[in-house]
Amino acid sequence: MIKLFSLKQQKKDGEASPRPGNQKKASAAQLRITKDINELNLPKTCTTEFPDPDDLLSFKLVICPDEGFYKTGRFVFSFKVGPNYPHEPPKVKCETQVYHPNIDQQGNVCLNILREDWKPVLTINSIVYGLQYLFLEPNPEDPLNKEAAEVLTTNRRLFEQNVQKAMRGGYVGSTYFDRCLK
Amino acid sequence: MTEAQEPSQKRWAHLRKILERPGPFCHPEFEPSPEIMDFIVTSCKILVVGAGGLGCELLKDLALMGFKQIHVIDMDTIDLSNLNRQFLFRQKDIGQSKAKVAAEFINRRIPGCQVTPHFCKIQDYDEGFYRSFHIIVCGLDSIVARRWINGMIMSLLCYEDGVLDNSTIIPLVDGGTEGFKGNARVIVPGNSACVECTLDLYPPQVTYPLCTIANTPRLPEHCIEYVKVVMWPKENPFNAALDGDDTQHVGWIYEKSLERAAQFNITGVTYRLVQGVVKNIIPAVASTNAVIAGVCATEVFKIATSCCLPLNNYMVFNDVDGIYTYTYTAERKDNCVVCSQVPQTLLIPDATKMKLKDLIQTLCEDETYQMKNPGLTTTVGGKNKTLYISTIKSIEERTRDNLNKSLVELGLKDGSEIMVADATTPMTLVFCLKFQSSDVEMN
Repeated sequence: MIKLFSLKQQKKDGEASPRPGNQKKASAAQLRITKDINELNLPKTCTTEFPDPDDLLSFKLVICPDEGFYKTGRFVFSFKVGPNYPHEPPKVKCETQVYHPNIDQQGNVCLNILREDWKPVLTINSIVYGLQYLFLEPNPEDPLNKEAAEVLTTNRRLFEQNVQKAMRGGYVGSTYFDRCLK
Repeated sequence: MTEAQEPSQKRWAHLRKILERPGPFCHPEFEPSPEIMDFIVTSCKILVVGAGGLGCELLKDLALMGFKQIHVIDMDTIDLSNLNRQFLFRQKDIGQSKAKVAAEFINRRIPGCQVTPHFCKIQDYDEGFYRSFHIIVCGLDSIVARRWINGMIMSLLCYEDGVLDNSTIIPLVDGGTEGFKGNARVIVPGNSACVECTLDLYPPQVTYPLCTIANTPRLPEHCIEYVKVVMWPKENPFNAALDGDDTQHVGWIYEKSLERAAQFNITGVTYRLVQGVVKNIIPAVASTNAVIAGVCATEVFKIATSCCLPLNNYMVFNDVDGIYTYTYTAERKDNCVVCSQVPQTLLIPDATKMKLKDLIQTLCEDETYQMKNPGLTTTVGGKNKTLYISTIKSIEERTRDNLNKSLVELGLKDGSEIMVADATTPMTLVFCLKFQSSDVEMN
């Protein structure tokens, strides 16, 4: 253990010698997100949009599934990465109205790694794959949109039609969906 | 004899016994001397971060130990619920700054003590402020704030050719409590595990699966969480962000939670529980705060005087049932993003001529780095700036022009740090630019 205060006689009075270029350092969240973003390996169905290239902490993800119920649709998610990343997961919202068992009308997404199963070793890439998977395999077991989940389990054909109807723009039951075809 | 000295002979008699005599438990390099007490009383400058449960105890402990130059920073104001344990505050102080009231109390009560309050966020000050302290001691309730302070003091370290300049070390003593449990730790930046190294120690926030709270709630907490997460943003009853200190807001959540609980035949939703869930309140226990603050203050004293070896380096305390303590050495993480990095110096022969693309080429071709696709960011004037990231189309398009700009044109200076992420390294690397031409000018 070093003896710390052999240096103790030094006086400290506010304007201690500023060192050249010792500017505000990037936060841990910033360092980590830089790594995550640089190594984003997106499936070909996904693209990202950064409204401000200097702000890596907020961006959008666009998913255009090329198979499954949601083929030909275009779904936008917003990502907000907080200062406590990666201790806490980013906040992800679906900005496109979608008829989906695991996404509600407010854009909340029920994906385990976005909440209870988040671990700091996971990355933005993990979330992208998780979201993409939701479109390929909607999960009726843990629904956010209960009606959609029920239809999916009882009548897949009707579910498929409902998805199509919603993506073309229109009512499914009493809920109106904006058009979101590519 | 000056008036300050005379009473201090007696006043600090107990401390003098420790500081002016050798002993078997002393730091091996400890040299007893009366000057040490003078250092404490006259020049040792301490920053207390947080003036809440731990902060009040810390201020009292440190001031009674002779420390006079104490600064305290807290952005919070006093709430009725603080008064049972934050003993520097009275009912008349409700609504006022914790830092200011605490400082006034200590200054009034402990002769000669000069506590300087800062009623603001820790992020409002820059490194000039933090560098001016000998020791920083934290009594915080937030992980974000701990990480920020930790990052700040790590960023103050200076390395000369990869060797740490010890005079840039500001030790951090950190205390934390949760109910009957607490911990105290000593962080010697660059030498021992930092907050970021041991981040996994903090339990994740309690979160419930969204589908559970939406469809199959079983606990009163599920109902409250549903109202907070789903109904509030949807109905936005007061056209404002949810404020856990606003009784109207909490009242609304309480009512809606009761309704929802009734729907699912769940009992146990109370106003207090709602408050607890909304504000993430963990019950605070005054005695735990007192113990942990006592340990932290002792560590500050040991570090300031070098009279004893400091805590090495993490102590846990639990008095749920009897009293239990355990001390162990938290280890540094080899790849800690904050403290494992000795910023690597990157020599820039001519910053006015060298373009960003040349820099990237260097990183890719240089034997030591051999990077593949480096993404570069920096901070200019305290703001993050993306220099170039090739892998993201939307960023690449808008940073492409930077490639042909010189480092000077990009706002980089001698000593600027750039962050480089690349698939070849497990984490983002920090490079410190050293302009060779400016050296010549200085000579």
